[in-house]
Amino acid sequence: MAEAAVVPVRKASRWNQRTLAPWLFLAPGLFMFIVYVIWPIAESITLSFYDWDGLYNAEGQFTGTYVGLGNYSELMTDPAFETSLWNNLKWLVLYMLALPIGLFIAIFLNQTVTGIRLYKSLFFFPFVISQVVVGLIFAWFYAPGFGPVYLLIEWMTGQGIAILADPDLATYGVIAAGLWPQIAYVMILYLTGLNNVAPDQIEAARLDGAKGWRMLWYVVLPQLRPATFIAVIVTVIGALRSFDLVSIMTAGNPWGETRVLSYYMYEKALGEYGFRMGYGAAIAVVLFAIMMVFISGFIWKMWRDEKER
Amino acid sequence: MFPRPIQQSSTGVQWLYAVALPIALFLWLFPLLGVALTSLRPAADLAQGNYFGMPTGIAWENYVYIFTETPIGQYMLNSMWVTIPTVIGAVGLSLMTGFALAVYGFRGSILVFFMFVAGNFVPFQILMVPVRDMTLQLGMYDTWYGLALFHIAFQTGFCTLFMRNFIKALPFELIEAARVEGVKEWRIFVYIVLPLMRPAIAALSVLVFTFIWNDFFWATVLTQGVDSQPITAGLSSLNGQWIAQWHLVSAGSILAALPPVAMFFLMQKHFIAGLTLGAVK
Repeated sequence: MAEAAVVPVRKASRWNQRTLAPWLFLAPGLFMFIVYVIWPIAESITLSFYDWDGLYNAEGQFTGTYVGLGNYSELMTDPAFETSLWNNLKWLVLYMLALPIGLFIAIFLNQTVTGIRLYKSLFFFPFVISQVVVGLIFAWFYAPGFGPVYLLIEWMTGQGIAILADPDLATYGVIAAGLWPQIAYVMILYLTGLNNVAPDQIEAARLDGAKGWRMLWYVVLPQLRPATFIAVIVTVIGALRSFDLVSIMTAGNPWGETRVLSYYMYEKALGEYGFRMGYGAAIAVVLFAIMMVFISGFIWKMWRDEKER
Repeated sequence: MFPRPIQQSSTGVQWLYAVALPIALFLWLFPLLGVALTSLRPAADLAQGNYFGMPTGIAWENYVYIFTETPIGQYMLNSMWVTIPTVIGAVGLSLMTGFALAVYGFRGSILVFFMFVAGNFVPFQILMVPVRDMTLQLGMYDTWYGLALFHIAFQTGFCTLFMRNFIKALPFELIEAARVEGVKEWRIFVYIVLPLMRPAIAALSVLVFTFIWNDFFWATVLTQGVDSQPITAGLSSLNGQWIAQWHLVSAGSILAALPPVAMFFLMQKHFIAGLTLGAVK
């Protein structure tokens, strides 16, 4: 029969198909991702060594001038950069509060009473709405004269405080607004995690007399580690990406005290103070370097998990 | 189960829990409730300093006003024009990349995968100048497709992570069996893998919809005018015009929040599956 002759040929073509196929499937997505994400990263790093106002000359040529590490050495002595960096640190540290608070709410809601599902989804609401809306809501809450937070402080201390106009407090006011949706996110991660805690282990620990904090710390939390890991990652990223709230609530004010790197970069590159693309890129590179620490950690963990499989 | 089911506690504790739940929810959502109420409060109330007392009436006219006197309807439409193509594009592309990375153990596949994952977490600012410049050069600045193209590319990173892990969890024997039968690779993708991907597609669609609808940064970087600005950027610029007119700001906020909230309520299960990255199963 002819089949015997056909088989080896088909085998070769199948092999080719299987080496080629993944690249064909990858091509469109990979192309887009390289053009819009990978390549711009390289370009931004290059740009951070230039002084450029974002314009091209009449012939369409790049008009930037090479300044070496000039932008970076300028950053070193830029007080606004220092403020932004400190504020980023405040964001990072305070955002971590989302973990215990989110866990607390998750534990509070992890019951099986009637209507609890609805409660869980309503608690999750703040995460679904835009940060622009969250920012507007909180700006209104802090508003001097009639904002509920202002009135509450006035009622408690006899003296209202315009939080967003106070250079010492404004950043904390913005962070509090950011925590609201972030806590909701962490809560949902922990709720899903709690769902999968092995019931037999809990029962066994209960028989051994474990309860309350000890149960939580020694039995439940270790089982929640995957949830905690993701919660830390998304919280760190959320903290470092804080742009929307700063932009909506304070625009970096009062006197630049609420700036963070992401916002300061935008201000420098596209803001009203002119188009300093190279300087902006240098700020972005610093932010990128900070983020890379956490990204590497995440990738490393994923790689380890991959190998275990 | 942790904590101990409330049903095993005394009736007193059960009552306490039943009371604490709605109070906690009220406090938690107080900011939203405040905005929802204010959006229906007559402007006159606010002018007289009646911010939290009984409103003198329900002012639907606030909503009528923002629809007739401001371009908010156009902003909402612009948001749709950016969001829906992005959902389709990112989910479509990542189905293919996820399939490629999950099914073929080719050399470098893990590197490509990690590149997608890492790229997904980078700060937007490191992309801002080049992406804006490129969009300008291509003549797509201030258009919905200029914005949507970027979003598609960026979201492909996150979606690939999700799709790849989802496909990896499918029974590989199905694909093996098909290969033995001599089914072509693209037919395996279309007829065997795709039908099993429905939950993943649903999860990513709602998630990407919400992310893109709520995006503010790229909207400000890549669009400018009423004709292309999405609702988030639009609301921000309207906010600049409506100084202290909180009934309008509130009505606008509620409108902007509505589509993702509706999406979440309709597809809750999928939404949460997507958020947990499939990692906290």
